[in-house]
Amino acid sequence: MAAITQPTVTSQVVNTSPFYSYQLRKFAVKSMITMLALILAIAYLLPFVNMGLIAVKSADQITGSTDGNILPLSPETYAYTDAEGKIKSYEIYKIPQADGSVIEMALVKKGRQDSQFIDPANPEAGLMTWTGSWRTLEPVVTLDLHFENFGEAWDLINFPRLFFNTLFIAIAGLIGTLLSCICVAYAFARFPIPGKNVMFLILVGTIILPSQVTLIPTYAFFATIGWTGTWLPLIVPHFFANAYNVFLLRQFFMTLPRELDEAAMIDGAGPFRILLSVIIPQAWPAIISVGLFHFIFAWNDYFGPLIYLIGKPELVPISVGVQVFNFQYGPRPELIQATSLMAMVLPLLIFIFAQKAFMRGVVITGVDK
Amino acid sequence: MSATDQSRAAPFSNPSNPKPLRSNNLAQQQRVWGWIFLSPWLFGFTVFTAIPIFVSLIFTFTEFSLASKAPMRFIGLDNWVKLFNDPVAIGALGVTVKFALIAVPVGIILPLGIAALLNSKNLWGKTLWRPLYYMPYMVPAISSIFIWQSFLNGDTGWLNRVIRAVGIQNPPNWLQDEGSILFAFLLIGVWGIGNAMLTMLATMQGVPTELYEAADVDGAGPLRKFINITFPMISPVIFYNLVLSVIGIMQYFVVPYVVTRGTGNPNGSAYFFNMHLYKTAFTFADMGYGATQAWFIFIIALVLTIGMFATSRRWVYYASGDS
Repeated sequence: MAAITQPTVTSQVVNTSPFYSYQLRKFAVKSMITMLALILAIAYLLPFVNMGLIAVKSADQITGSTDGNILPLSPETYAYTDAEGKIKSYEIYKIPQADGSVIEMALVKKGRQDSQFIDPANPEAGLMTWTGSWRTLEPVVTLDLHFENFGEAWDLINFPRLFFNTLFIAIAGLIGTLLSCICVAYAFARFPIPGKNVMFLILVGTIILPSQVTLIPTYAFFATIGWTGTWLPLIVPHFFANAYNVFLLRQFFMTLPRELDEAAMIDGAGPFRILLSVIIPQAWPAIISVGLFHFIFAWNDYFGPLIYLIGKPELVPISVGVQVFNFQYGPRPELIQATSLMAMVLPLLIFIFAQKAFMRGVVITGVDK
Repeated sequence: MSATDQSRAAPFSNPSNPKPLRSNNLAQQQRVWGWIFLSPWLFGFTVFTAIPIFVSLIFTFTEFSLASKAPMRFIGLDNWVKLFNDPVAIGALGVTVKFALIAVPVGIILPLGIAALLNSKNLWGKTLWRPLYYMPYMVPAISSIFIWQSFLNGDTGWLNRVIRAVGIQNPPNWLQDEGSILFAFLLIGVWGIGNAMLTMLATMQGVPTELYEAADVDGAGPLRKFINITFPMISPVIFYNLVLSVIGIMQYFVVPYVVTRGTGNPNGSAYFFNMHLYKTAFTFADMGYGATQAWFIFIIALVLTIGMFATSRRWVYYASGDS
C-alpha cells in the first residue's frame, strides 16, 4: 500500500500531470488512513505479543533475552553417546571457515584460546580443535516453546479452584442482577408511579457516586452480620438492582411498542405475565448485554474480594488469587504471563462471540445520557 | 400514560361496572404493581446507598475499630482536623490530582482521536477495527497490569528496547522511577479507552450527513468540520465521559496497588488517596478516620461534578433541548 502511496503524493504536487486522477488520489488517502489505523493498532496490541512470547519461555530463555532476543529460542544441541554409553548434550555453534563458509559443530570442551568441537554429521572423526574464543561464536538456535509453563502455573495457583470461585460469584450475581434489574426497569418504563422521574434521576445519579462513600458502613454492616469471609457480600447486593443495568434495560423497554402490552392486558394478562411473555421475549438483546456486563464486571472485580475475603485464600476469585501468586513468584515472569493469559481467556472468548450484543449495550448506556 | 391503556381496555370489560370507577381501580392497581416491581431498587438504594452515605458521615465524628471490642467513641471533628494535618493524606491527594491532570485530558482526547479515525470515510474495513481497538478493554485488570509490567520492564521490556533502538541510551525504568511511574500508569490506562471510544464513535455515526454536506458547500476542510460540526454534535457524550473519567480517577486503586504491592513507592509517588483510605480502614482498622477520608473524596467529587455541570452549559450542545 505504501508503495502506491508514494507516487500519488507527488502527483498532488504536480496535479497538472495527465496521470493525476481523482480515483488515484482517493486511493492514496484511503491507504494512508488505513495504514495509520494499522500502525496504531499494532502499537496498541503489542503488549499482548510480548505476553504471549514470555508465557512460552523457559527461565533460561528469559535470562538470555536481555541481550536482545525476544523470541523463545534455545541453542540447538547435539546428543553424543560416549564409549561408556552415557549421553552427553553439547551446544552447536556456527564456525566460520577460511573460505568464508560456515559449518555447524558441537562444542565439547570450552577453552579460552582454543576449543574442541565435534561434527554432529560425522562424530567418528573425533574432536577437532578450533582456535579462537568460543564466546565470539554464534550459537545455532531453534524455536523452543515451553507450553508446560501453563501446566505449572495452573497447578501452583490451583487454577481450577480460582476459576470455580470466580464463575460461581459471577453467575450468582448475574442471576440476581438480571432478576432485579428487569423488574425495576419494567417499573420505570411502564408503571404510573408518583415521583417516578425524580427517582429515576436519583438512580442515574448513583452511577457517578464515588463508591468509597458507602464502603465503610457497608463493610461494617456485613462484618456485624458475619458475612465477611464469605461470598455473600459479593453476591447478595446484586439482587437489589444496579443503576447502570436498570438504565440500559429501561431505555430498551421504552422503545418496545405499548400496543403489545395492551393487547396482552385485554386478553387478561397480569403485569407479571406481560413481563414474562411480552417484554422479555422482545428485550433479549438488552438482557444479554446486561448479562455480559455483569459477567465481565464480576470477573474483573478486585476491591470487593480483596476486602471481604481477607484471610480466605480458598474462596478468592482469579483477580485476587493471581495477584497473591504474583507476590510469591515474582522472579518467575513466565508463570505470571502464562497466568495472565489464562485469566483473560474466558472474558475474551465471550467478547469475541458476543461482540455485537456487547457493543450495542455500551452504545445504549453511553449515548443516551 | 396508563390512563389511556385503561380507557381502551374498558369497553371490553364487564359492562355492569361503571367506566370511571373501573378505570380508577385499574390505575390504583397499576400503581401498586409499579411499587412492587420497583421494590428491589428501593430496598437496595436505601440499604446500600442512602443509609451508608448518612452513616458514613456520622462515622467521621467517631473513633471505632471492627478489630477491637472497644465501643464507638464520639470525638467531634478530631478526624477532620487529623485529615487536614496528615501529610501522608495530603501527599496522596496530591498524587491523585497530579495523575488526574494528565489522565483526564488523555482519557478524552485519545478515544476521541481514535473514534474520529475509525469514523473516517477513508478507512478500509471499518467494522474490523472497532472490536480490535475495543478488545483490550475486556482484558481483566489484573492480567493487563501483569502484561504491562512486563512490557514496561526497564531492562527487558519492549518499550525500552524500542527506545534504545532509536538511540536513547538511558530510558526510564517506567514502573520503578519516581518521575515516570504516573506516565506508566497512563500507558496502562490506554487499554481502558474502549468504552469512551465506542460511545463517541457511535454518536459520530449518528450526526446527520446533511450538516457535513452543507459544510462542503461552504468549502470547509476536515478540521473545520470536526471543530464546528462533529465536536458540538457529540459534546454530550464527551461530557458524559469526562464526568465518568473524573469520578473514575477519584476511585483509582487497583493499578497502583498491584504494581507497587500496596506501598505506593518509589517515595510515595504512586500512593493514591484511595490506597491511603484502604490502608487506614482495612490495614489499621481505623474505620472512623477511613470514613472521614471517604467523605472528603466524596465532597471533592461532588464539587467537581457540580462544577462540570455548571460549565457544561457553555460547551455541551443538546440537540433535543434539555437533557
